[in-house]
Amino acid sequence: MSGSGTDAVTLAYRNAARKRSAVALGMGTLLCLALLLDTATGPARLPVADVARSVLGQGADSTIEAIVWSIRLPVALTALAVGAALGLSGAIMQTILNNPLASSYTLGISAGAGFGAALVIVLGVALPVPEAYAIAVNAILFAGLACAGVYFIGGARAATAEGLVLAGIALLFLFQALTSLLQLMASPESLQQVVFWLFGSLQKSTWPKLAVLLSVLLLCVPLLVRDVWQLSALKLGDARAAALGVNVRALRFRCFVLISALTGVAVAFVGTIGFVGLVAPHVARMLTGEDQRGFLPVSALVGAALLSLASVASKTVAPGAIIPIGIVTALIGVPFFVWLVVRSRRAYW
Amino acid sequence: MNIELKNVSVGYVGKPVLSGLHLKAHAGRVLGLIGPNGCGKSTLIKALAGQLPSTGELLYAGSRQPPRALGYMPQDLQAPMALTVLEVVLLGRLGVLRLRVLPVDLEAVRQVLRQLGIEQLAQRYVGELSGGQRQMVFLAQALVSDPAVLLLDEPISALDLRHQLEVLEVVRTVTQQRQLCTVVVLHDLNATARYADDVALLSGGQLACLGTPTEVLTADNLALAFGVEARRYTADDGATAWLPQRALPGWPNIPRSSRPGQTQ
Repeated sequence: MSGSGTDAVTLAYRNAARKRSAVALGMGTLLCLALLLDTATGPARLPVADVARSVLGQGADSTIEAIVWSIRLPVALTALAVGAALGLSGAIMQTILNNPLASSYTLGISAGAGFGAALVIVLGVALPVPEAYAIAVNAILFAGLACAGVYFIGGARAATAEGLVLAGIALLFLFQALTSLLQLMASPESLQQVVFWLFGSLQKSTWPKLAVLLSVLLLCVPLLVRDVWQLSALKLGDARAAALGVNVRALRFRCFVLISALTGVAVAFVGTIGFVGLVAPHVARMLTGEDQRGFLPVSALVGAALLSLASVASKTVAPGAIIPIGIVTALIGVPFFVWLVVRSRRAYW
Repeated sequence: MNIELKNVSVGYVGKPVLSGLHLKAHAGRVLGLIGPNGCGKSTLIKALAGQLPSTGELLYAGSRQPPRALGYMPQDLQAPMALTVLEVVLLGRLGVLRLRVLPVDLEAVRQVLRQLGIEQLAQRYVGELSGGQRQMVFLAQALVSDPAVLLLDEPISALDLRHQLEVLEVVRTVTQQRQLCTVVVLHDLNATARYADDVALLSGGQLACLGTPTEVLTADNLALAFGVEARRYTADDGATAWLPQRALPGWPNIPRSSRPGQTQ
């Protein structure tokens, strides 16, 4: 680096790094606050200070300890983890398909998971796994199948972004139609269960499920770090990325495997939550740009914050009732997103 | 590094575009590729960049393997809205980039942006730049990896007159200074005459003519390849300029007897 330290390139690099750090710090703080608020909110409203003491292990009332650690914290942390997984998978998808409308929801992967879950609930078609995990395992399996479908159908001629998007949209309609068919055939009890599952709910979160979610998230990190510059190069278009030495087809395949895992576990444990994976990358893009070193982690953080705050809202909008998280994310997220887009001075896509 | 093509054919699946090319591009020299639309200029550049398979012998310093350090600037100007100029140019060094950018990478970017006179754009989003500015940014990206081979597909198509001259001057200078083997697709015959050391005229998927600008840019060749009547004007200092006069009727089947002669 040159000695002056104030030339345009150094300045640009420092400013970008500072911006990323500031956003990460801000999002981290927001996440901590959202976690405390989510843990404190519920049928029994707990003082935030007591919740903070309990979470930090500084001792609190035994009732509060029990509520926090047995009931509220797994749910609150699952909201963060699922939001991060959906935000991250949406960001990867929008990058590799170079399409701002791409997300695991809009391209049929969540719909595939939903169909897998409905198969278990309505017809009892499941893999030989413990009953408590049958729906989750089927959802993961069908999310993977949907992902494979998008990749192989869309890539039948050449794995271009346009072909993959079209294949995803076709699969979305297919899986939605199949799920509707199952709902038509279902008994009233099964139908209610399917509909509730499709709404999305955090209330069945447990520590073991959370551990699975966090493991998948953590496993993705080194794989993404390896490809982070190649993903940035993909934003220049397939031809230019290939000219820079990126094996575009192989990169897309690796990313589809990650998307499949992230979406599969997220949707399997909490049901279909559509909005986060679409919106979190847009917010991240506005905050840090599309250098994937900032874009991917910030998308995960924004997704986590969105779902955590939606979880708080789902418990406070209608006192005494918990509105399904999938409905709340859309009801609150859509106006927020429209506001963001309208007030944005730049066009980012 | 020299590039040599011996009986090279290139095309897309079921659609041959170029056939039987024999061509040599030399280190330290700019080879200008000219020819009418659809004659295969971009296809040849893609093949040289290793983006399209070819048959025959395509040799880089005697080897069939394209060099790692290869600067390629494709024709399309698709630009992401939210990557800065610094980030886009850094991607030219993709093979060596670490998660945390090293000072040596920043220095390489600094030098090339300074050389092209666009250092002040470093923080701007590429999507916000004009077409000409983007072209400069992607030229910087092609140069930043310190390539041995530089392949540029219409690098001045979106530039104003001043920037056309500046860019081609830079291309010629770096070609000579770093002994690059540079191949440039150009549509502007006068720019070709001025900045190319050698010119390859493609027509109908074949190499119609190869030589110095004076040898290749003749009224006869331009009539054959482009179907235009053009006149050459020579200034007092010896500089030449071509001025197209009219499109020749009946092209591409123009009888030799009715081709225009060279006018001075």
